[in-house]
Amino acid sequence: MIRLEGVTKEYAPGHAAVDHLTLEAATGEITVLVGPSGCGKTTSLRMINRMIEPTSGHIFIDGQDTAQVPAAKLRRDIGYVIQHAGLFPHRTVLHNVMTVPRLNGWGRARAESRAREVLELVGLPGDFARRYPAQLSGGQQQRVGVARALASDPSVMLMDEPFSAVDPIAREGLQDDILRLQQELGTTIVLVTHDIDEAIKLGHRVAVLRQGGILAQFSSPADLLAHPADDFVADFVGRDRGYRALSFQQADVPVHPEEPVRIGEQLQRRGDQWLLAVDAEGRPQGWVLPAEVAEAAVALEHLHRGGTVSAVDGSLRSLLDAALSSPSGRGVVTRDGVLAGTVRAEEVLSVIQSAPRPDGTSIQGGAGDSDGAAAGVGPQQNEHR
Amino acid sequence: MIATIWAWLSDPTNWSGSGGILAQALEHLRLSGIALLAAALVAVPIGLYVGHTGRGRVVLVNAVSAFRAIPSLGVLFIAALLLLPRLRGDLAFELPSLIVLATLGIPPILSGVYAGIGQVDPAARDAARGMGMTSWQQLWQVEVPCALPLIFSGLRSSMMQIIATATIAAVVGLGGLGRFLIDGQANRAYDEMAGGALLVAALALLIDLVGALLQRFVVSPGLTPATRR
Ligand SMILES: Nc1ncnc2c1ncn2[C@@H]1O[C@H](COP(=O)(O)OP(=O)(O)OP(=O)(O)O)[C@@H](O)[C@H]1O
Ligand SMILES: [Mg+2]
Repeated sequence: MIRLEGVTKEYAPGHAAVDHLTLEAATGEITVLVGPSGCGKTTSLRMINRMIEPTSGHIFIDGQDTAQVPAAKLRRDIGYVIQHAGLFPHRTVLHNVMTVPRLNGWGRARAESRAREVLELVGLPGDFARRYPAQLSGGQQQRVGVARALASDPSVMLMDEPFSAVDPIAREGLQDDILRLQQELGTTIVLVTHDIDEAIKLGHRVAVLRQGGILAQFSSPADLLAHPADDFVADFVGRDRGYRALSFQQADVPVHPEEPVRIGEQLQRRGDQWLLAVDAEGRPQGWVLPAEVAEAAVALEHLHRGGTVSAVDGSLRSLLDAALSSPSGRGVVTRDGVLAGTVRAEEVLSVIQSAPRPDGTSIQGGAGDSDGAAAGVGPQQNEHR
Repeated sequence: MIATIWAWLSDPTNWSGSGGILAQALEHLRLSGIALLAAALVAVPIGLYVGHTGRGRVVLVNAVSAFRAIPSLGVLFIAALLLLPRLRGDLAFELPSLIVLATLGIPPILSGVYAGIGQVDPAARDAARGMGMTSWQQLWQVEVPCALPLIFSGLRSSMMQIIATATIAAVVGLGGLGRFLIDGQANRAYDEMAGGALLVAALALLIDLVGALLQRFVVSPGLTPATRR
């Protein structure tokens, strides 16, 4: 557990970049620090591994006051992922990743086999090891940065905007990898981002900081969306938070059977009904209109790929989105990537209406009290802790 | 003219013997090598210190330009006048020249080392600290290796200057390729003078080539433009 106790940092006397921050990052969880630019996220993070010394206050890691540990030793024990990766340009990927184990006195062979192991873990196998950072894409560099931080198997890891330099698609991939790794390894992670969506996706707990390094709210992502503590948080969390809150809700939605056509098949059915095309393994590929296919076999160029696909046990948000984005109005759901059937928007909505919310309230009666039923309507509701 | 220079250069008797081209070239290299070593011993630690700590930057920049303004021949005569009566033997002749050459070699090395450390990617330095390297480890494991391209250019341009200037050692009676210039002038043997000048240039280029080769082996491929895309 990492505990910040009344931590203050003043770069200039009287101007606090971080102001009496008290915060607990639970062991084995991802704690996200989020807030607008310049609100003191990086400063807060770097005080944990003493890259920056607090002006006052204390930071404890598993009960140990970090001020009592020599800074270099402390940093070797804490994984640190730096913004824009910060790889050593003169070292190969392999040697970059071997850095901390070597500093900790491991032998070359042991450090190397460990480095190859973590490179595998972050999805950079084999031949990447011999490359230099200049020969990698931004996303690959970020992965190496993560691998380097993981190499000595730290129980605590700090990440400063680890995915800011990559495009949205690569970012999603990296985020998923971090979630998977964190689950596998049980690492305690403190992550900084200015992207509230990233915070909500990755964080078990999210700390929203405001200008001047003041903690505005510290709660679970679902709670943050449902009960922003004040106008600032509500603003920062942004619009469509009602919709986004559905990311944290799961419920059984009726799944209708769907009779797909296979790519390469001649169509048996006619009419103006959309048909779902799957590949040889039964994975959904897109929608086709029989009129457009005519006498030909169903081919890739006939596909309309507009619809999103949700896992059958996905969140209500992804189920609803699958239904809303589908040209046929039938939302495609899969089990292990294979077509499981389709869902209807109105049915997902009625489930949403009646499903209990993560905070124990529901829109229609349910477990919540009358107060909770109004939750999320406006920013002015009672503070929920 | 070119023919007579070529005749002088290609005459085998000019190459052999104690005052021959080979012997003088070796003597030239010996003096230059000692001077470079001395210059590096002074300039590298100072450059590393200033580059790593950021302390004394202004002093260093001013010192470098002041050093560059020193007229080498003038210093040579002053050094020779001051030291000659106090020293005995070969040292009495060599030391003034070596001091001049080393002094001349210091500024390029100093600015190369300092600029080399200064241009290391701040993110890489930050990472070095963040990974838990001590200050010493940051310097030797990250900053120096990343600075090597510029450190090498500093050393190479210092060596070029030293080799070119070592010619003037002949003025105070030392050996080296400068002998051909001084003696040639004294004897009005212009083929010898021009040949000597050519030899100095050739030697400087040759040594620079050796330096370039060495650099290719020592500097990490990750830092060379060819590796980058
Ligand atoms: N070394 C420094 N000296 C003086 N002021 C600083 C220093 N580092 C940061 N600050 C100031 O402290 C405040 C917080 O900076 P910090 O880097 O922690 O912000 P941040 O939340 O990480 O912002 P961003 O999202 O832009 O990275 C800012 O106002 C910044 O200008
Ligand atoms: Mg920052």
